[in-house]
Amino acid sequence: MSAFLKGLLQRRRGAWELLATILISLGVFMLMQPFWMMAFTYSFIVTLVGTVMFIVVSHFRE
Amino acid sequence: MSGNPIDRVAEATPPTFASRVRGLSDRTIAWLFVGPSIVLLLAVNIFPLIWTINLSFTNFKANRLRDAEYIWFQNYQRILTDTGTWESMQATAHFLFWTIFFQVLIGFALAYLINKKFKGNDMWTTIIVLPMMLSPAVVGNFWTFLYQPQIGLFNYVVEFLTGIEASSFSMIGSVNLAPWSIVIVDTWMWTPFVMLICLAGLRSIPDSIYEAAECDRASKWRQFWTLTIPMVLPFLMLAVLFRGIENFKMFDLVVQLTGGGPGSITTLTSIDLKREAFEKWRTGYASAYAVILFVTVFGLASIYVKALNKVKER
Repeated sequence: MSAFLKGLLQRRRGAWELLATILISLGVFMLMQPFWMMAFTYSFIVTLVGTVMFIVVSHFRE
Repeated sequence: MSGNPIDRVAEATPPTFASRVRGLSDRTIAWLFVGPSIVLLLAVNIFPLIWTINLSFTNFKANRLRDAEYIWFQNYQRILTDTGTWESMQATAHFLFWTIFFQVLIGFALAYLINKKFKGNDMWTTIIVLPMMLSPAVVGNFWTFLYQPQIGLFNYVVEFLTGIEASSFSMIGSVNLAPWSIVIVDTWMWTPFVMLICLAGLRSIPDSIYEAAECDRASKWRQFWTLTIPMVLPFLMLAVLFRGIENFKMFDLVVQLTGGGPGSITTLTSIDLKREAFEKWRTGYASAYAVILFVTVFGLASIYVKALNKVKER
């Protein structure tokens, strides 16, 4: 966990990509889940942030 | 003309393209060749995308051209608080998950069987691949006949196998069964595609690896899990990516089969989007809907391609 946080602080690609992946997955789950309307409402913004983050951080150094 | 062969070859060799087109560097010539493709890409892909994003912030209606106004995020707000859209997302999730699950399972099993050398191997491959070659509209149409409760072959097969009376259930008329009816048809049609990709993966594994495993006394079960599966995994993942993207925008087959019904139980997002755009003529709203779907597919595809590359690197 601390390695992950350290990676985030040092702008390492791996850690940021992991965060972006979690956000995209969470956003897609929120979009398609049948349980909670509020999660559906905020799903797009979560996916969008994750996707933009993924594009940006894929240019970070390894 | 000189008699020296080297000079004769030098004279016969055509000058480079760059030196013939005087004043143009190789880089410029490269751009001249690539330019038309880039222009075409911008015109056909990038411009419509940017225009769609622009329209998604307006209340533009394609059948009323003059009174479009910027309403910014209202379309997005309406879509993401609409229970109908939420239901169509759930229908799409059900369709996506189960079709991919069954297609990968059956497709891989078929590929594994076809990969074994037996008589009539090629003939069976051709027969299995046949559904994939048909038009989705044709497939949708003839499966509506197969699903007929009175005369449909599917219902009689179910009666034969389970004892449930054929006329007592309707696959495309029942709220509980209709989502499964589209899963069955898509699986029937596209499992051969997954099978072909898996078959390519299985045939790329050299026999020498299995021979080495045999020498190490590895059981068939262990060979399957430690050799076959890891080596076919990139191919399987590729098949899942293709089918996932394709099924996310599934339209023709489902429209022909159920028309999105009964009620809206099989209204997938693409059907919902088409209704908004071309039946209700809410172009701005439909554009926002399309942007949401695009971001979702793009995000998923990005992480999937990343995972695929990692698997390939192993």
